[in-house]
Amino acid sequence: MRKSRKAVLTATSIAVLAVLLAVFLAACGATTTTSDAGSATETDQSLEPSGDPIVIGAVVSTTGPNAPLGEPERNTLELMEDKINAEGGVLGRPLKIVILDDQSNAKEAVTATQRLINQEKVVALIGASGSATTLAMKPIAAQAGIPQIAMAAGNTITDEPPLDWVWRVAPKDDLAVERACKYIAEDLGLKKIAVLYDENAFGSSGMAQIDEVKDVYGLEVVARESYKTDETDLTAQLTKLRGSNPEALVVWGTNPGPAVAAKNLKQLGWPLPYVGSHGIANFKFIELAGDAAEGVVFPSTKILFPQSITDEGQKQVIDTFISDYTERFGEAPNHFASHGWDAISLLVKAIEDAQDTKPDAIAAALNAISGFAGADGIFNYSPTNHDGLAVDDLIMVEIEDASWVLAQ
Amino acid sequence: MTGQQFLQYIFSGITNGSIYALTALGFTLVYNATGIINFAQGELVMLGGLSAIGLYRAGLPLPLAFVGALIIVLIVAVMFEQLAIRPLMAKGVLAQVIATVGASLALRTAAMMIWGREALPLPPFSGDTPIRVLGASLTPQTLWVVGTTIVIVLALQFFYKRTLTGKAVRACAVNPLAARLMGVSYASVVLLSFAVSGVISAAGGAMVAPISFMSYSSGALLGLKGFAAATLGGLGNPLAAVFGGLTLGILEGLAVGLVSSGYKDAIAFVILLLVLFVRPQGLFGGRVVERE
Repeated sequence: MRKSRKAVLTATSIAVLAVLLAVFLAACGATTTTSDAGSATETDQSLEPSGDPIVIGAVVSTTGPNAPLGEPERNTLELMEDKINAEGGVLGRPLKIVILDDQSNAKEAVTATQRLINQEKVVALIGASGSATTLAMKPIAAQAGIPQIAMAAGNTITDEPPLDWVWRVAPKDDLAVERACKYIAEDLGLKKIAVLYDENAFGSSGMAQIDEVKDVYGLEVVARESYKTDETDLTAQLTKLRGSNPEALVVWGTNPGPAVAAKNLKQLGWPLPYVGSHGIANFKFIELAGDAAEGVVFPSTKILFPQSITDEGQKQVIDTFISDYTERFGEAPNHFASHGWDAISLLVKAIEDAQDTKPDAIAAALNAISGFAGADGIFNYSPTNHDGLAVDDLIMVEIEDASWVLAQ
Repeated sequence: MTGQQFLQYIFSGITNGSIYALTALGFTLVYNATGIINFAQGELVMLGGLSAIGLYRAGLPLPLAFVGALIIVLIVAVMFEQLAIRPLMAKGVLAQVIATVGASLALRTAAMMIWGREALPLPPFSGDTPIRVLGASLTPQTLWVVGTTIVIVLALQFFYKRTLTGKAVRACAVNPLAARLMGVSYASVVLLSFAVSGVISAAGGAMVAPISFMSYSSGALLGLKGFAAATLGGLGNPLAAVFGGLTLGILEGLAVGLVSSGYKDAIAFVILLLVLFVRPQGLFGGRVVERE
């Protein structure tokens, strides 16, 4: 009955706002990807793994806003599972990686982690793709005493307790921010910066880190503004920043925000160096921003520039990884894919070093890893350092003629 | 704040506001005829944008891709009405509103499966050389969006005021029972309003894609802002929806300039709630949908 539309209007107006917000926040489509361990049939070597499989659990975001991170990670894990099993498995046993989707949602990451620990009885965990989901997994892994290899960059993952059960393969925001600041101060010789950052965990932890390291490099943050990931126009924020006359602009976020910012910067006709985050280290940014992407500089792991790698071991790892990945998925792996490579490779190495699959033994072996050549860089863990990489494992990349060149 | 900065905040507000306005028009149209708040409105806009992008990538020239997007979303909107709204006609508005929530999720998931999860670009309709006015700048695409909005509003005004069908739609809004007694087919009016709101949303989505890109998840924010704009202006009146959109956009732009981008949405929504508190019918609404 539609007799009292005015009353309905008043009541629904506010209620509907709330519901729309809820719909907006809710992720859609609950899917679970479980990779099957049975595709090692092509093995024609005598190294057929046998016995009970060693089960490793992975929580990645293959749906939701972090899907662009989680998909290459899942691809790599599936690729590596087949490859490792084809080469004889781990300790002679087959490797089984159970991959669950957290829908880019912390609550789902919690559920998935509990399921992996309680039902799948995993010996180690990989995950998650985003900082928020990784942080959601952390206390559960720590409580159960299961090693967790984090693939996200948020600082708090290895800065705040519990710290004993989490190791990281991605370059921490510390490193990417520090690399970017070092570039602005030492390569560009500039001092005054303005920062535009995404309000999500990635952007705001980046902003916090800039504040942390700016003094080391003699930088001054003259203005800062924020935006939401799906925002349509950022000229207002850029105009506000421009009022403070910065010498360089730092944009800390993942697609599509930084691409909108680049286009708006061009629209405003404001020529200043644009230094982005490692979140735009993908072809998508160039595709979205078009001409406006020219001259944009961002920190990245060396996978974008295999020729920049000086370490022979890492060079070999990356070359094999790029050809395997490209052959199977028809595109070159990005650095999210290489996080997946390092996560599973480090776990396999730890299990083989320990000659044991007990979580404590794996943890001890991880802490002992040093000088391990991975796809992201050279890993050195210790009981007090669970961030394997160093500033020198990152390079600065510049966009030129719609492709990437080394910025140094 | 200098005058030049002020003008740029207004321009930014107009860019965002005209996008909100186009989404708000769709809300208004369906609400006007049926009393339904269509939660899938943002998704229809998203679908319009992604259809245009998909057709353009398939090799169609931009104008044809645009028209193709209108047709695709028109078909989707009609199917949506036939499959989700029509069967619930007897159950009342609330059940139909819930059906639109379901449709929004279905459309979003379908779009994710068809176009993937990443944002996709569309080239601007007439280049991206910015237009400079007194030191502030505007992209030509914003003018396309504003122009489209004006044309649609004028067309709707003409339709509502001058055509028999339009008058029948208004009659249904004022009193569906009396309209039915006068021989107006209520079911046809509902179908028509969904179809037209689909076409308008598609136009909006295709116009907006060059400015802000489009991904399967873009509809959520657009729907939220579009609904806020429609409510701010006054649900049920196309012109009010457009003013609501522009007001919301400009408020956001000025909030960035005067306060901080972090508080932008909070400021805009607090003002929206205050307006609703004082004028539940919206800033410009009331007369058209008023019924006692």
